[in-house]
Amino acid sequence: MIRIDAVTKTFRRTPVLDRLSLEIGAGDRVALIGANGAGKTTLIRCLLGEYSHGGTIEIDGKAPRKARREVLKRIGFVPQLPPPLKMPVGELIHFAAQVCDSAPERMVDLAGALGLELAEVSGRPFHKLSGGQKQKILVAIALGRDVELLILDEPTANLDPAARRGLFDMLAERAHLPMIVSSHRLDEIAGLVNRVVELDRGRVVLDDRVEEADDTAAVQACRLEIARVDLAFEKAVGEWGFTSDAGRLVWHGRVAGPDRLRFLGMLARYSGLLTVIELGARGAVPDLSDAGRTRRAG
Amino acid sequence: MANLIAAARLDIAESLRARWFIVYALVFGGLVAALFVFGLTESRVMGFTGLTRLLVTYIQLSMAILPVFVLVTTVRSLAGDRESGNFEYMLALPVPLSAWYWGRFVGRFVIVFLPVFLAMIGAVAYGGVKGADVPWLQIAFYTALLVSLTITFLGIGFLISSLARSVDIAQGAAFVIWLMLLLFLDLILLGVMVREQLPADFIVTLALINPLQVFRTGAMLLFDPQLVLLGPAAYVILDAFGRAGYIAWAFAYPAALGLAFAWLGYWRFQRSDLV
Repeated sequence: MIRIDAVTKTFRRTPVLDRLSLEIGAGDRVALIGANGAGKTTLIRCLLGEYSHGGTIEIDGKAPRKARREVLKRIGFVPQLPPPLKMPVGELIHFAAQVCDSAPERMVDLAGALGLELAEVSGRPFHKLSGGQKQKILVAIALGRDVELLILDEPTANLDPAARRGLFDMLAERAHLPMIVSSHRLDEIAGLVNRVVELDRGRVVLDDRVEEADDTAAVQACRLEIARVDLAFEKAVGEWGFTSDAGRLVWHGRVAGPDRLRFLGMLARYSGLLTVIELGARGAVPDLSDAGRTRRAG
Repeated sequence: MANLIAAARLDIAESLRARWFIVYALVFGGLVAALFVFGLTESRVMGFTGLTRLLVTYIQLSMAILPVFVLVTTVRSLAGDRESGNFEYMLALPVPLSAWYWGRFVGRFVIVFLPVFLAMIGAVAYGGVKGADVPWLQIAFYTALLVSLTITFLGIGFLISSLARSVDIAQGAAFVIWLMLLLFLDLILLGVMVREQLPADFIVTLALINPLQVFRTGAMLLFDPQLVLLGPAAYVILDAFGRAGYIAWAFAYPAALGLAFAWLGYWRFQRSDLV
């Protein structure tokens, strides 16, 4: 699918990609991780044909730089930072659909599935939307067409838990597609991928398989108990859509499967406060009455 | 072609929303209005006699204003789009680079040319209503000159945008180029060179290759081709070229120059890093 052979990219004599070689197969969902400056974004830009470079890159035998249109038609891309486009959202959708030979309605429907009604923001300048709204639109444009490869640069960065869950659902529907997901942290995207590639100073320093997520679209019910009322905790779990009983000591909510590590990372900040963490069995489980529930802490 | 039209429409829509375009349109609309107010005041002695003088003044002022507007706004928006990350996203969509680049060129041409042209047509329409003779030949000639001038400076602007990696550098370069062209006009540096008795061929060559000078000479040509208005270098050139020859040169050379610069910009754009 993708063959990257001895790719070199230098900025002002500083090599950012240093004879980097990598092959990505049709079934690979790759987490591209590494610290700032490791070369993740540069590699993505080379894959998108935006940078000239040494070495060769081929996507299904075609060089992105030379066969731009053919290659880019098959790639859905979500950038790390939403572009500060001043055009209205409707115009952006219309333009993207036109050049991608897609229907704007497909993108509108996907944005709706992520919780964004495009009709309400269609006339607003893209750059005036919130970070989450922008990200949803970019995801909708990337997925709202027939693509054969997804390149997502920190796709969940600006999304709230509910929208992330929506994104995971969409990606689960496209689990057959090869995917490159870039992130600073593996725990953000671990549930989405089956292979991890770590870059450091423009070279591959780790290339390993990771345990397949059994169901990217899985949702787990969760019950939390805390020792005392805590406003910071309430705010944090509130952002995950959790609700409490009258005493505000017992909290219930649902967590998307690929979000488990991120969620547990958040809970780690309140480990002194938590007395019980219960996660339901994986699958679309609505509550904790299932037999498979697991007591993790207490 | 559909992608080129889409890119052009995008640029037109983007420009129509921009503050610079409002200022730009107001400047040229206001210019025509001001010329009418002062022109009518002057002509009270003899009555409103025609549009020729007004159009010459308008075209001369356009020559001073249009290039700097075109250069600065073009490089600001193109280099700005690259710097801000807009190119990273838009050029990751499957739009051919040629359609993107030339579509924006066409869109920018429409947006820059139309206000200047419409202001001129507005002046002509108003004059016509007032009963003035409409100098159709002059209008056609000036329209062609404006097309040529717009293409020239768009070409320069697009080339600078392709070469410069930041807005500041692009804007600085655009301003310096405009200043250089302005300095090498007949009534400024070329006049000094004549006085200093530099070789005539050198001065004439400078006058012939400076698009602003070509435009200025062309604009004066139909009105009053006298030495006192044209300046010494232009007078010599006109004498050598003849009226028809110079008219052809005034249309063809700046437009060809602009297209050549734009093509160079495209060549550089598609071969270098896009973002």
